[in-house]
Amino acid sequence: MNHDTIDGAQALIKTLDQLGIEYIFGYSGGAAIPIFDALETVETRMKFILVRHEQGAVHMADGYARATGKPAAVLVTSGPGAGNTITGIMTAHMDSVPMIVICGQQVTWMLGKDAFQEADIFGITMPVVKHNYLVKNTNDLPRIAREAYHIATTGRPGPVLIDVPKDISQSPFTGDFDAEIDLPGYHPELDHDIDADAIDAAVELIKGSRRPLILAGHGAMIARADRELMELAQTLGCPVTSTLLGKGVFPETHPLALGMLGMHGTAYANKAIVECDLILNVGSRFDDRIIGKAHLFGRNARIVHIDIDPAEMGKMIVPHVQVIGDAKAALQALNRKIAPLDSAEWLEHLDGYKKKYPLGYRKQGGLRMQHVLDELYKFTGGKAIVTTDVGQHQMWAAQFYLNDESYKWITSGGAGTMGFGFPAAIGAQLACPDEDVVAVVGDGGFQMTLFELATAVIHKLPIKILVLNNHYLGMVRQWQELFFDDRESGVDLLGNPDFV
Amino acid sequence: MTIGITTTDKQPPPKPDIINMHTLSMYVSNKPGVLMRICQVFARRGYNIDSLVVSNGRDAQFSRMTIGISGAPDGLDQIIKQVNKLIDVIHCYEHAGQDAVVREMVMIKIVCGPEQRPEVLQVVDHFGGKTVDLTNSSLIAMVHGASDKVDAAVRMLGKFEIIETVRTGKVVMARGEQPT
Ligand SMILES: Cc1ncc(C[n+]2csc(CCOP(=O)(O)OP(=O)(O)O)c2C)c(N)n1
Repeated sequence: MNHDTIDGAQALIKTLDQLGIEYIFGYSGGAAIPIFDALETVETRMKFILVRHEQGAVHMADGYARATGKPAAVLVTSGPGAGNTITGIMTAHMDSVPMIVICGQQVTWMLGKDAFQEADIFGITMPVVKHNYLVKNTNDLPRIAREAYHIATTGRPGPVLIDVPKDISQSPFTGDFDAEIDLPGYHPELDHDIDADAIDAAVELIKGSRRPLILAGHGAMIARADRELMELAQTLGCPVTSTLLGKGVFPETHPLALGMLGMHGTAYANKAIVECDLILNVGSRFDDRIIGKAHLFGRNARIVHIDIDPAEMGKMIVPHVQVIGDAKAALQALNRKIAPLDSAEWLEHLDGYKKKYPLGYRKQGGLRMQHVLDELYKFTGGKAIVTTDVGQHQMWAAQFYLNDESYKWITSGGAGTMGFGFPAAIGAQLACPDEDVVAVVGDGGFQMTLFELATAVIHKLPIKILVLNNHYLGMVRQWQELFFDDRESGVDLLGNPDFV
Repeated sequence: MTIGITTTDKQPPPKPDIINMHTLSMYVSNKPGVLMRICQVFARRGYNIDSLVVSNGRDAQFSRMTIGISGAPDGLDQIIKQVNKLIDVIHCYEHAGQDAVVREMVMIKIVCGPEQRPEVLQVVDHFGGKTVDLTNSSLIAMVHGASDKVDAAVRMLGKFEIIETVRTGKVVMARGEQPT
C-alpha cells in the first residue's frame, strides 16, 4: 500500500481487517466520521452493523465473542457515544470477554478544554477495561490496534478500548505499518508454563480424597479445556459442578454432572460442596454468588485452585494448592499424574441427593416459567445457543436448559446486566448464522434494549425471543418477599407493551 | 426444597483494626495514565497513599515509583498482584526491613534571626543536615537519611517556629543482587 495515500483511520481499519475482525458494531458521530469514512474507502472483509444504541453495540460484540471465542470491534463517537458503551464494557470485563472498542475523540489540541462532545473516556473506562489507549500519534495506530487485539485475546481475556482523536485519524499515515507490538509488562506466553511443583502438590492432595468435587468455571471454557476436564473427571471418578458461566464446559447431562453451584444452583451441588473433602477449582474465580459466606465455604475440603490470573489466588478463598496458568495446560499436566479415586460411595451418596432433591416445579395452577424453559429445552433438544437477560428467568433457564457444549450459553454473570440478552443474541446469531439462537428475556430487561429489534429485523436474523412476562421485576420482587417482609416497591411493570 | 440463601450483604466479622505502612517499589512504562491506573488499585481497596516518588528510569522508556501506602495488612498481597497485572507495570515489589535501603529528605523553613541561629544550626548539624537558604529572619534546613532520623530531625526542629515543611517521601533500593 502506498503510504502517501492513506490516513490514520484507513491504517486502523486496514489493521483490524488484517487481524481477522469479522464484525464492527457501531454508531457514528462527528469525531468518528473519519473512521467511518475509512470503512467505505478501504477494501475489507469486515461487516459493519449499525445499531440503535451504543450499549447494544457492545453487547452484540460480547455475544459474538461468547459464541465464538473471538473478538469483534465496536466503533462509536466521542462523548455521549463513548459514554453509552460503559455498561457494556463493564459487563464484558467482569466476565473476561475479549473485544476492541474504538471511540472517536475531539481533536488533540482541544482535549481537556470541555470541547464539544469531549469526554475523558480514557480516564472514565480505566477501571472497567483490561487496558486502554489514548492515541497521540497517527503512526502508532497499527501497532496499538495489534496490541489491543493481543491483550484482549490472550491471558485472561477482556475488553480493550482505543480512543482516537479526530486529527489523529485524519492525518496522513507515514509510519511502519508492520511495527512490532511493544508490551514489556505483559507476558501471556508464560501462562502455558505450569509449575511442576504445584502440579505435584495438587496430585498429593488428590490422592487420598474419597469425596472429590470439580468446580468448572469460565476459565476452563476460555482455555478450551473441555476434553481435559472430561478426562480428569472420568479418571478420578469425580463429580462436576459448574458456575453460571461455566455451563456446558462439562456436559450437564453426564452422570457425573451436578449442575450449577451457588445461590441459584441445584440442591445437590450445594450439598456436595459442603460435604466434599476436595475441591478442584478449574478456572472459576470463586464468585461471591457461589461461595456465600467465605469463612464457611468448603470447610471440610482441601482446595486446589487453577487460574490463569494470579490476582485471583486467595482473593476470595485461600487454596491449599494454587496452580497458575492456562487451564488446558494445567489439566494436561495434572492428567498425566493422577490415578482413579475410590469415590464409588460418594457418587452413590450424591445420586441419592439427586433423587431426593431434584429440580422441580408444580405443573398445576397457571403456567410456570420453569415449565416454559423445560419445554424450550426439550423442543430444541438442548442444541440451540441460548442467551439470557438477568433475573429469575435467567436462573431458571440456567437450571432447566442443560448445556452439553461450550460457547452455547451466553449470559451476563459478574455484572448481571439487564438489557444484555437480546443484543447478545444478535451478536451470537451473526457469528453463527446456521445455529438456532434463542434469547430468553424478562419483560423488564427486554424493554431496556428492545429498540435493537430494528437491527435484528434489518439483518433478517431468525432469532427466537422468549419473553417471560410476569409483569414484574421478578428477581427484585423475590428478594423483597424474602428479605423485606414482602413489601413490593418499584417492581410492578404496569403498562407493559403487548410483546406479541 | 428451598436452599437457605446466603448473601454477602452482611459485613464479615470485624478484623482487628491493624493499619500497616508498606513501601512498594515499581518499575513501569513511562506512559500517560500509568499513575492513575496504579492509584485506582489502591483507592478501590481503601488504601491511602502516604508518599509517592516518581522519576524516569535509567532507560527513559520506563519510570521508577516508590509508593508508601497504609492499610490493612491482609489485603496487601492482593494489591501487589493487582498492580502487577496492569499491562504497563513491569514489576511491583514490597520491600520491608533489612533487605532494602530506604531514604528520604526533608526541607524545613524556620523563623530564625541571628540570636537563635547558633541553636538551630547545632540541631541541624547534629542530624548531618545543611542550611540551603539563609536570610536575616529565616533559614531552610535540609536533612536526609533513614525515615526515623528524618522524623527525629523534624521533631527536634519543631520546637522552633516552623513556616513550612516539605518532605520527599521514601525512595527505596533493594540491597545486593536483588532487583528493586
Ligand atoms: C441494568 C440493571 N438494572 C437493574 C438491575 C437489578 N435487577 C436485577 S434482576 C431485576 C429484575 C428483572 O426483571 P425482569 O427483566 O422482568 O426479569 P424476571 O426477574 O422477572 O425474570 C432487576 C431490576 C440489573 N440487574 N441491571
